[in-house]
Amino acid sequence: MKAPFVMIVDDEVPFVETISKRLVKRNVKLLKAFTGEECLEALQAHQNLDVVVLDVKMPGMDGIEALKAIKDKYPMVEVVMLTGHGTIETAIQGMKLGAHDYMMKPCDIDDLVAKIVEATEKKRAKEEKIRAAQSEEFLSRYEP
Amino acid sequence: MNQDKQARREISISFTRHIVLVVIIVSFTPMIVVSGIILDQYYTSYREKLYAHLNEMVHKHTQNIDGFLTERLNDIKFLSQTCGDDQLINESVLYEKLVLLQRNSGNVFEDLGIINEAGIQIAYAGPYKLEQAFYAEEEWFQEALQHQYYISDVFLGLRSRPHFIVSVRNVYQNERVLLRATINFEAFNALVENLRIGATGFAFIVNQKGKYQTRPHYDLIQNAPSYLQVIKKAEQKENGVYVGTVSDVFRNKDLIFLAAPLKNEDWMLVFQQEREDAYEDLKRTQIIAGIIIFVGALMIVLMNLFFFHKAVGRIAEADKAKEMMNRQVIETGKMASVGRLAAGIAHEINNPVAIMVEEAGWIDDLLNDGDFDECKNLDELKNSLKQINTQGKRCKDITHKLLSFARKTGSKLEQIQINDTIEEVIGLFDKSTYSRISFELNLAEELPPIYGSRTELQQVLLNLVNNAVYFLEKEGGTIRIATNFDNDNVFIVVEDNGPGIPKSNLERVFDPFFTTKPVGKGSGLGLAICYGIIKRRGGEITVSSAVDAGTSFEIRLPLGGQDQSSDNRPLPPESIPA
Repeated sequence: MKAPFVMIVDDEVPFVETISKRLVKRNVKLLKAFTGEECLEALQAHQNLDVVVLDVKMPGMDGIEALKAIKDKYPMVEVVMLTGHGTIETAIQGMKLGAHDYMMKPCDIDDLVAKIVEATEKKRAKEEKIRAAQSEEFLSRYEP
Repeated sequence: MNQDKQARREISISFTRHIVLVVIIVSFTPMIVVSGIILDQYYTSYREKLYAHLNEMVHKHTQNIDGFLTERLNDIKFLSQTCGDDQLINESVLYEKLVLLQRNSGNVFEDLGIINEAGIQIAYAGPYKLEQAFYAEEEWFQEALQHQYYISDVFLGLRSRPHFIVSVRNVYQNERVLLRATINFEAFNALVENLRIGATGFAFIVNQKGKYQTRPHYDLIQNAPSYLQVIKKAEQKENGVYVGTVSDVFRNKDLIFLAAPLKNEDWMLVFQQEREDAYEDLKRTQIIAGIIIFVGALMIVLMNLFFFHKAVGRIAEADKAKEMMNRQVIETGKMASVGRLAAGIAHEINNPVAIMVEEAGWIDDLLNDGDFDECKNLDELKNSLKQINTQGKRCKDITHKLLSFARKTGSKLEQIQINDTIEEVIGLFDKSTYSRISFELNLAEELPPIYGSRTELQQVLLNLVNNAVYFLEKEGGTIRIATNFDNDNVFIVVEDNGPGIPKSNLERVFDPFFTTKPVGKGSGLGLAICYGIIKRRGGEITVSSAVDAGTSFEIRLPLGGQDQSSDNRPLPPESIPA
């Protein structure tokens, strides 16, 4: 499988830096963002992004607002919520808003990679399905 | 604690005393006032009735005595008018007339005599030898000579026996003569003596000089003249009867008297009675009333004491219940504060811990690249990284448990058969591993299901059984789990016969982070979580324990299964605390 293209969004800079390095090491193509706003800007530039790993509690635009915006503008992109224990309910709320799954900090890197892969596959499957549907529609137009 | 009890006891005693005193005063005052008024009315009425009765009696006796004297005088008048003095001078005729008079008036007349102006009895008929008796010096004779009709005072005279005479003055041979009849004193005295009331009430007659005209029942201590003066100063009723009281200083008695004038006010009929004797019936009534009041008062006091003792007992119970409730409120408040604090801390700690764990992971990644394979302490480094990971997970577990205690749960709510859940939990304990521990289940049949979270209930039961197992592991013992129910609640009791909890620790068992287990064996959150879960479901969890006897946890859960959390959304399995 082509390496998943992931953006990690968290206001905890050291956490983002370290986990990015670890994910890259595990064959994940990575973008970093430290706020919800940065995340949305990056998405605009990289619309082929597969998964956004999104922290829930951030200053300014928080995870839930960012999620709503992502799902509004880029519905194909899958989101994995990342949270401390205190905001677990918010994470669940996120799932209801369309997030693929959520993880709690501190998380095991392999579990996170597994979830990223799962989400990427889901996203790509969706894309494939849409593409197939579109080609079927296209072909049907030209069918004699 | 003892000082508190003592102070409460003192307050209770003082309260009882005050209330009883107030109630007694409030009850007694009207009772005493009403009793006093009734007794006073009764006394007044009794007194009036008594005096009216005595007055009537004295008045009637006065009329009787006056009637008796008038009748005797009329007898003599009649004799004088029907027989001339010349006939009566004949003693045999006089004797005949005496017999006739005695026959008609029942021996009231003792004798008859004719006395001339010189005071010589010229004719006599009677039992004494008084012929030619000389009366010129006698006071009664001189008085009689002055009056047409005359009744004398009582005197001893020549016969030396008390008697009195009635006389009619006539003129015979140009000389005044008296027809005299002696009245039998006993017959006259009987008229007065009959007037007896009670033990001390009697009557007597005195003349104006204060001399007794009848025999008094006993010698009066006051001499008659001064008595007469007292009488005359007393209140006089319409019918002429004097009514008053006098003190017999020698006998130390108060007397009541009633007196009425007789014989044209020459004599006075006096009735006297000791006041105590006269009021004997009143006194008896007063004693009975007093006994009734006393018994009533005693009953009021006893009933008051009894009821207030009970009331104070109930107040004390209510106080105790209130105090317990206050303690529960404080406890709940404390737990809620700890919960909020825990939630905050958990979040703030998880981020740095996550960074630490990630940094350790990154080092581990680098080490695994093989660049440091020749490093002498590579194994030590890897061990340290492993330890960082382990401790990071431990932090995660602790914050996770803290949040389980603090957070409103999102567990799925459903109908739960508690008995099944208990059996599932017991099934988790391998019989071969815990061979020294026996499990006894006493589960109520037809236990109604409750509405709640199965995982939460499992967690509570698991925590309680785990604790019991931990403390029984060394010495062995029995864990008993019982269930029961009533109309509103289901009860679960988890008890063991282990070492028990010292009293000093008993109040703290539900506090977060309170543990007696060694470091690393227990976080001190298990019972706090149980407490949080049961409270959220509207139930109660209580503990009782005695050192070396065992510990018992009792859980009450409402049948309705109220959920006090606002968020009932299902949680994924990761959110269920281990």
